Amino acid sequence: MIEIENLSKRFTLHNQGAAVIEVMTGAQLRVARGECVALTGQSGAGKSTLMRMIYGNYLAAGGSIRVGGLDVTRATPREVIALRRETLGYVSQFLRVVPRVPTRAVVAEPLLALGHAPGAAFARAEALLAQLNIPERLWGLSPTTFSGGEQQRVNIARGFAHGYPALLLDEPTASLDALNREVVLSLIEEAKARGAAIIGIFHDEAARARVADREIDVTGFTPRKAA
Amino acid sequence: MSDHAYNFAYLDEQTKRMIRRAILKGIAVPGYQVPFASREMPMPYGWGTGGVQVTAACLTPEDVLKVIDQGADDTTNAVSIRAFFARTAGVATTEATDQASVIQTRHRIPEAALTEGQILVYQVPIPEPLRFLEPRESETRRMHALEDYGLMHVKLYEDIARHGEIATSYAYPVKVEGRYVMDPSPIPKFDNPKLGGMAAIQLFGAGREQRIYALPPYCDVVSLDFEDHPFVASKADHACDLCGSEVSYLDEVIADDRGSRMFCCSDTDYCAGRRAAGHRGRLSPEEVA
Amino acid sequence: MMERALSILSKEKPQDGPLLQVEGLTKFYGARIGCADVSFDLWPGEVLGIVGESGSGKSTLLSCLAGHLSPDRGRVIYAGRDTVSMAEPERRMLGRTDWAFVHQNPRDGLRMGVSAGGNVGERLMAVGARNYGAIREAASDWLGRVEISPGRIDDRPRQFSGGMQQRLQIARNLVTGPKLVFMDEPTGGLDVSVQARLLDLLRGLVRDMGLAVIIVTHDLAVARLLAHRLMVMKDGRVIEAGLTDQVLDDPQAAYTQLLVSSVLQV
Repeated sequence: MIEIENLSKRFTLHNQGAAVIEVMTGAQLRVARGECVALTGQSGAGKSTLMRMIYGNYLAAGGSIRVGGLDVTRATPREVIALRRETLGYVSQFLRVVPRVPTRAVVAEPLLALGHAPGAAFARAEALLAQLNIPERLWGLSPTTFSGGEQQRVNIARGFAHGYPALLLDEPTASLDALNREVVLSLIEEAKARGAAIIGIFHDEAARARVADREIDVTGFTPRKAA
Repeated sequence: MSDHAYNFAYLDEQTKRMIRRAILKGIAVPGYQVPFASREMPMPYGWGTGGVQVTAACLTPEDVLKVIDQGADDTTNAVSIRAFFARTAGVATTEATDQASVIQTRHRIPEAALTEGQILVYQVPIPEPLRFLEPRESETRRMHALEDYGLMHVKLYEDIARHGEIATSYAYPVKVEGRYVMDPSPIPKFDNPKLGGMAAIQLFGAGREQRIYALPPYCDVVSLDFEDHPFVASKADHACDLCGSEVSYLDEVIADDRGSRMFCCSDTDYCAGRRAAGHRGRLSPEEVA
Repeated sequence: MMERALSILSKEKPQDGPLLQVEGLTKFYGARIGCADVSFDLWPGEVLGIVGESGSGKSTLLSCLAGHLSPDRGRVIYAGRDTVSMAEPERRMLGRTDWAFVHQNPRDGLRMGVSAGGNVGERLMAVGARNYGAIREAASDWLGRVEISPGRIDDRPRQFSGGMQQRLQIARNLVTGPKLVFMDEPTGGLDVSVQARLLDLLRGLVRDMGLAVIIVTHDLAVARLLAHRLMVMKDGRVIEAGLTDQVLDDPQAAYTQLLVSSVLQV
């Protein structure tokens, strides 16, 4: 489902003496349907960078990233938008929403964007919010005022609203209590069971051990520092 | 009779040619405002300088001139313009609508149907029907050019929104030959139906604004309206107290110190003609006596 | 409202090609470049942000696209027709049917002496609506959609706050169901909280009506929330273009990096 070949990334900081920072080279990764691969490596090793490149948020310097047949590194913005809408989900660490939009609508939005009937979309959103223990009285409010943990759960509900064939999860269980952690892990297991290809970053080792089929240490993709 | 200190009808021949060209263009493009080089006239703006210039350009020595103001032949404005042309052109004047070949008018169309060969000249204060909605001349001209007339209905919409009906009762905008939106000068909307299909030539002159426009005979003129608020040509719901006419446009007159009121025809020639033919109204002196 | 709006969305059939194709659009002011060699395609439902500093040519570009300025070179193909070479009456007709233009200052886009209802109804009347009741109903419906109480339908815009005036301008533009909307700094000059409300409203309308939008802004936060794609302009030229989040999070050009780093976190 996700095939990464010889991927490299560099940042050119034009306003800091045009410094060129090589952050990744020769990255290889294949994730099959129903498989969950955990990215490991120290902080700053490039886990999030890799994930952002797969999502099209960062541009690649070389190589290819195929998600469901589309090479994200060469796709037009329009194709990437369609990919994100239909195929590739992303649960980031931070919830970014338009102020004033109620939580229920935030979670239902991916389904509405796909043209699902509003009734079904809102029902699905509410089921997920209930499953993630967001109190019903909060569903009509904007999540911008919620606590960190609540925001994270809203973010997860949104990411799982549509059954994306491919999913990127950045620390999905961080800042969750045991109960909600369990819910999220079971959501991941369900997604795997329906055939989703998942790439995740999990600092929580027990969680990683439970849902990940393989681990890839991204330190291996880090260019060797010039001596 | 003519005062030889002046050229015929006051204006010099070059100026009259210029105005005639504007008139011919106006007749060729009904409802279109033709700019012209308006001259200083020996009367203030607002007293009909545009109409006077158009009349001057139309007059021939054989013409018979009638001048009315709000339908009346005997008001200051009518009397002085009639005197002006009697002196500078030496033309015959009349108060009888059917005797006149040229009629200059301020704010009315005579009640009697005009005939082929007659010319009706309107005095126009503000020729631009879009002016109160769009102050920029450059923009209103473009709107006319592109037939961009949504704004005209906005004015009527605003009327209904504020008053429950189209409150515009004079200078009611019309569309000419399905093309140009035109201000018919401040005639009461009662007169609007007479604009269309008229046998006479209708010329409109605005002196201060330097515009001439025209309606050729038998031209199609439609008063703007909404389907659910159609145009209605209204008048005071009375009969003339002098001649008893129930179909003419009426002026309301305070008759005495006690504030008692009467209604009488604004068209004095029409009213006099009916009385001469024996028609009587509620307050006709003969009956009071 | 969401239910009805979404039913509109589901009825929208995806079109086969781009709605707008811009090729080599160039405008000079004397010897000075207004904008140069701008090319892009815009598809139905897409929101394109144009960002850059004052004087970067973004407003010139918008004016050329919307037909307010005539470019010196290039083509602007809308639904298969070149709007640059099109006759003025035809272009004006587009301007009051398929296209809409939201000005930064509501005073430029509203008739301040005409009631809210008259402002919204004008475009309908301009394309031939002649039923007062129906016009008023449409105006009332649109006031509701932009969160202005229909009870204020007979009030003049000068009695409205800045945010309300801007929402009224949007209603006035969208009442004829345009397909392409040009926006010039639509949230400029508004308080931050008022901006948020307007942005939310615009997002909803864009999605529900399947609008294609070209929005000029110098506010990168606005661009991030509204635009799918961004074009970054400098000295009249497009120096970088791409997915909005990609351009903002991983800018490639030196100028874009400077632009992104010189604002607070967006």
